[in-house]
Amino acid sequence: MSKVNYTSPERDIDINVPVMVRVEGEGALEFTAREGQIEKLHLKIYEPPRLFEKFLEGQQYTEVPTMAARICGICPIAYQMTSIRAIERLFGADPGPWVHDMRRVIYCGEWLQSHALHIHLLATPDFLGYDNAIAMAQDHPETVKRGMKLQGLGNDLLTLLGGRSVHPIGMRVGGFYRAPEMREVSDLIDRLEDAVEDAIGLVEWTAGLDLPLDEQAFNCVAIHNDREYGINEGLIVSTQHQQLSFDDYNQHFKEHQVKHSTAFYSTLGGESYFVGPLARVNLNFNQLPPAVRGLCRDLGLNFPSINMFDNVRARSVESYYSIVEALRILKNYQKPRSPYVDVTPRPGIARHATEAPRGMIFHQFKIDGNGRVETACMIPPTSQNQGSIESNLKNAVLKYGLENTDDDLRMLCEKIIRNYDPCISCSTHFLKLTVHRQ
Amino acid sequence: MTTSTKKPRVSVHKFASCSGCQLAFINMGENLIKLTELVDIVHFAEAGPLGPDDEVDISFIEGSITTPHDVERLEKIREKSTFVITVGACATSGGIQALKNNADSDVWMRSIYAKPEYISSLSTSAAIKNHVKVDFELWGCPVDVKQMLAVVRQLLYGVAPLDINEKVCQECKRKNTVCIMVTKGEPCMGPVTRTGCGALCPSFGAPCYACYGPAENSNVKLLGERFIGLGLDQNVVKRKFLSIHNATPAFAEAKLLWSDTEGAQQ
Repeated sequence: MSKVNYTSPERDIDINVPVMVRVEGEGALEFTAREGQIEKLHLKIYEPPRLFEKFLEGQQYTEVPTMAARICGICPIAYQMTSIRAIERLFGADPGPWVHDMRRVIYCGEWLQSHALHIHLLATPDFLGYDNAIAMAQDHPETVKRGMKLQGLGNDLLTLLGGRSVHPIGMRVGGFYRAPEMREVSDLIDRLEDAVEDAIGLVEWTAGLDLPLDEQAFNCVAIHNDREYGINEGLIVSTQHQQLSFDDYNQHFKEHQVKHSTAFYSTLGGESYFVGPLARVNLNFNQLPPAVRGLCRDLGLNFPSINMFDNVRARSVESYYSIVEALRILKNYQKPRSPYVDVTPRPGIARHATEAPRGMIFHQFKIDGNGRVETACMIPPTSQNQGSIESNLKNAVLKYGLENTDDDLRMLCEKIIRNYDPCISCSTHFLKLTVHRQ
Repeated sequence: MTTSTKKPRVSVHKFASCSGCQLAFINMGENLIKLTELVDIVHFAEAGPLGPDDEVDISFIEGSITTPHDVERLEKIREKSTFVITVGACATSGGIQALKNNADSDVWMRSIYAKPEYISSLSTSAAIKNHVKVDFELWGCPVDVKQMLAVVRQLLYGVAPLDINEKVCQECKRKNTVCIMVTKGEPCMGPVTRTGCGALCPSFGAPCYACYGPAENSNVKLLGERFIGLGLDQNVVKRKFLSIHNATPAFAEAKLLWSDTEGAQQ
């Protein structure tokens, strides 16, 4: 990296970060500019393709959640839940209110562990000037410990219903294999109550962080439900007032490859869009309980926000929400007669979307009369955010100015990418592009 | 390993995988901070430290080998590491993605990617040991935090880690979990699967799906015949073995034992 004419925006800029640290999976940053013009600026994804959609062909519907979970070790519930709900809806199965509530609890666990991990281990070292959370823990031990405690609590919520936190085994088409005992639930209620103060502290801490300003007028997209904060059921809504049912997904959302990039890009109505915690809080703030909304108001956190770095704050708000919501449900816990309903296979197209920690995820399966998968298609949130990540990088770099040093430009780009919490391991749709070097 | 004044150096590498086994480190919570007091973590991209080419005492490897570049990277890691330990199904047996080894992967690539020419990929997904010498294997999809900590502790004391390869059934007996195959006719893979998970699925009333891979002396043929006796279709039986650990020699036997009742055409 030449630093000779570092103040000249006209200089040749060649920034290549071959291994992006503190992201899930394998990605690189590529940035070249000539004579003041950006030639190339993107997150390159080189995680090798694993062809999951083909493995699922011919499998019994019962195997789908187990196999699909293996796409991502950080958000296995997103894959299990989305496929299970898609299949149940096709089969006309209604597992009832107990299963509905417990599914919210287990998803709250996944949000809490994923958000706490991202905030403390991946994102905030950037803002406080550390290379990683281990270094950050030397100066901010209580903050990092609190983060790990919340992450651990999220994992324990997953374990209550799922048996383990990575690739849980408790969910099935129709409900759950097992209902937790009252004493297991009581233990967890005590820990959730004890963590409320920690979660409030986390929201206060992120509200007080000196985060950069990065305003982007993206079309936010999330699942909305009038009765509850959108997680598993509802309609797809957007800032631009689109309202779609899950069954209409294919008519409005398209995926395409572009020459210079390594991942599929999704568009809605022909344009890129933005999914994730900030999109959800922006669109569904009014569905948050009064305690959560009140805390935001007291701290001066205003949503909707177009500052992309408020994504960190949205994650902390949803972490608090996850605890409040899990408490609400578990305090009224009763063991059901059966934790699942029996289902009967029906042929057709199964579709569903849910909110993974890092944004909406969509699944579609064609299933035959014997309950076997004929074709599968799974669209992860990172694929949907690709277009926005790319526009965001370009807009922010041009605003910041090419006259800044390579190091500063690189840092800015890395911060922007990490802020989306891209989950590159969700590589069903991602492919490796040969690297072009002159 | 190293002199007593110097902390052992450890790296964590990733190949084709879901990143779930690295979480066994990240999910240690406060133990992770404790671990960093005992060892120097010199490379662990997801957590931050970056030093892929540094000399280390132990390299933990997650993921399977699926591209030509992976092979080069792996050989370099082996050269720089005193111990190489594979973590999880992908690194240890090739993982679920080794299912493509049985198929025409060109056809698969074309059916998923409109422009497959952009993809540089081997036609197989291989375990780490197919390419370099491996000193110890941690099985599981995913591995468990306790397994990981135990291995690190054993190595820190200079003890060879203990390989536990008994069956899930033994664990069920110790836990007093009633056998779900005997009492409910569930097609449980416990009798051929190595323990390490704590016999989790049967304790939830769910049949084991062999995420920890084959146990010692796995009798694939007889268990499969028992499943057929329970009313399962041959093809379903075959797929139960050809799942997460499809590339292990013990489970790959299922390909020869049961015919594909619907034909193998893609």
